[in-house]
Amino acid sequence: MTSAAPATVNTEQAPSSFEMSCFCFKQWLKSSGPYLNLLGIIGFIFFWYLFTERLKLPWFNKLPGPVEVYKEWVSDDPAYGISLYTPEYYHHILISIWRVLQAFFLATVLGVPVGLFMGWKKTFKDYTFPLLETLRPIPMLAWVPLSILMWPGREASIIFLTFLGSFFATVLNTLLGVESIDEVYFRAANSLGAKPKHVFFKIILPGSLPFIFTGLQISMGFAWFSLVAGEMLAGEYGLGYLIWNSFIMVQYPVIVIAMVTLGVIGWLSSAIIRVVGDRLMQWKVREAA
Amino acid sequence: MSQTQLTAGMGAAEMVATGISKGFGLGPLHKQVIQDCSFTLEKGKLTVLIGPSGCGKSTLVNLLAGYEHLDAGQVTLDGQNIDGPGPDRLVVFQETALFPWMTTYENVSYGPRVQRKIPQEIFNAETMKLLDMVGLKDFKDKYPSQLSGGMQRRVELVRAMINNPKVMLMDEPFRGLDAMTRALMQEYYVRLFEEHRGTNLFVTSELEEAIFLADRLIILTNRPAKVKKIIEVTLPRPRTFQMLTTPEYQECKHEALELLHEEAMKSFASGTVNAADFLEACASMGQDQPAPRKAGRDA
Repeated sequence: MTSAAPATVNTEQAPSSFEMSCFCFKQWLKSSGPYLNLLGIIGFIFFWYLFTERLKLPWFNKLPGPVEVYKEWVSDDPAYGISLYTPEYYHHILISIWRVLQAFFLATVLGVPVGLFMGWKKTFKDYTFPLLETLRPIPMLAWVPLSILMWPGREASIIFLTFLGSFFATVLNTLLGVESIDEVYFRAANSLGAKPKHVFFKIILPGSLPFIFTGLQISMGFAWFSLVAGEMLAGEYGLGYLIWNSFIMVQYPVIVIAMVTLGVIGWLSSAIIRVVGDRLMQWKVREAA
Repeated sequence: MSQTQLTAGMGAAEMVATGISKGFGLGPLHKQVIQDCSFTLEKGKLTVLIGPSGCGKSTLVNLLAGYEHLDAGQVTLDGQNIDGPGPDRLVVFQETALFPWMTTYENVSYGPRVQRKIPQEIFNAETMKLLDMVGLKDFKDKYPSQLSGGMQRRVELVRAMINNPKVMLMDEPFRGLDAMTRALMQEYYVRLFEEHRGTNLFVTSELEEAIFLADRLIILTNRPAKVKKIIEVTLPRPRTFQMLTTPEYQECKHEALELLHEEAMKSFASGTVNAADFLEACASMGQDQPAPRKAGRDA
């Protein structure tokens, strides 16, 4: 009987994940990618500088230029009280992160099961789907008044807004995830004698994970978006509040500092979700390798 | 090889389909796929189902497996009416249905794990034994996406076999594999069958594969499908590829080809495009052709 095949693949020892990362990083440095990335950012800053501080074009002349923002950001005695050396800066950041974390946690803990259940039980989807589709497109700003009326304090209403933005994206993507699972897996599981709980935990949950994690990245984006909206209108602290307050107080460089900070944190939070997702979906990662 | 607790005892059952019919579509769009079809899958025998492409073979498997409901007729397993899918009739699908998120080991042991009828040590040993039999012991911790097409099919085979189903339903399981791999799979499969002697139904559109594997060959008619003829294949077991040159095999092949050709012609006459390929292939195959070839050309 022919059984020669197995020997071949065993010889290649799987490299450790650290080695793999080092190798990937080196390859990345050799490619044109990182330099183009850098060039894009430098180009943007250059034009920003050109339009604002150099040429002072009519539409741009009120905006803070990159040099002004940078000086303010790294100054140990900032003119408007916000820089890398002031505790206020970190206070705003931490408050915002804490709010997003709470809201995102709630949205995930509630949204994923709701989405899974909608995909699993048709009756439940029939009850809830039209409602979801009507509520989902309502912009978060439209929720501001109701959320202020509904919740006792500012804190709760901001978190509620942030939660809402995040929740709908999570539910919808989880639902799509369940619906993306090929019928053949359900058939196979039923044939093999799986009971409903097995189908739920061993087929539906792992099968929809790729979509769930895409959804979580999107929902994280929505969370920051809604957070800033909430903080602008009802906050006392936080980056959104900082932006709006600086606008009113005519402290324009601070606006840009807060915006860039938001951008970086938002990007980092997406990256963390991606890493967690890759961890949980070894079967996807190994497929790519 | 001695059989362990898992595969001993139960295993084979007789499956009988009586007058089953199935159609799809409503009103004027209604298409009858299977019409008054009756056959028996004999206990411990490997029955191969062959017919023109698109004649409803997969639908037939879905009916036997319980995924689809019968319009008429009945299917019984050891005298019991079947109702819905279950681990007593396992299907190996045309497309791979291994769970991508489980390793080879987890896939194979999925049935015993969810059914909880057998203690872990036993199904663990059985999983490893079966994986060893199909040469995949060293791949137990790989995910399906890390296996080749042929390996995936083998994993799927043993994932079904470990449950020791009363009937195994194989729905063109080797379709889409290259010729070499396919031959290898046929050999693995026929060994597994000869080892366990369960009741097997194997659906294919490849005549050589069909005769190589079969104890009994059921030839289906053009759509709506019913049984055209049942040929008993008397080649001895264990089967080897050398048998494909014996006169016994040739005789069997001729008979089957003639019947299939007839069906293909009917199917062509009724406007099924697929049949044209078969007819063309028959026409170009040379002298060892059944008589109706000429007639086919003229039509």
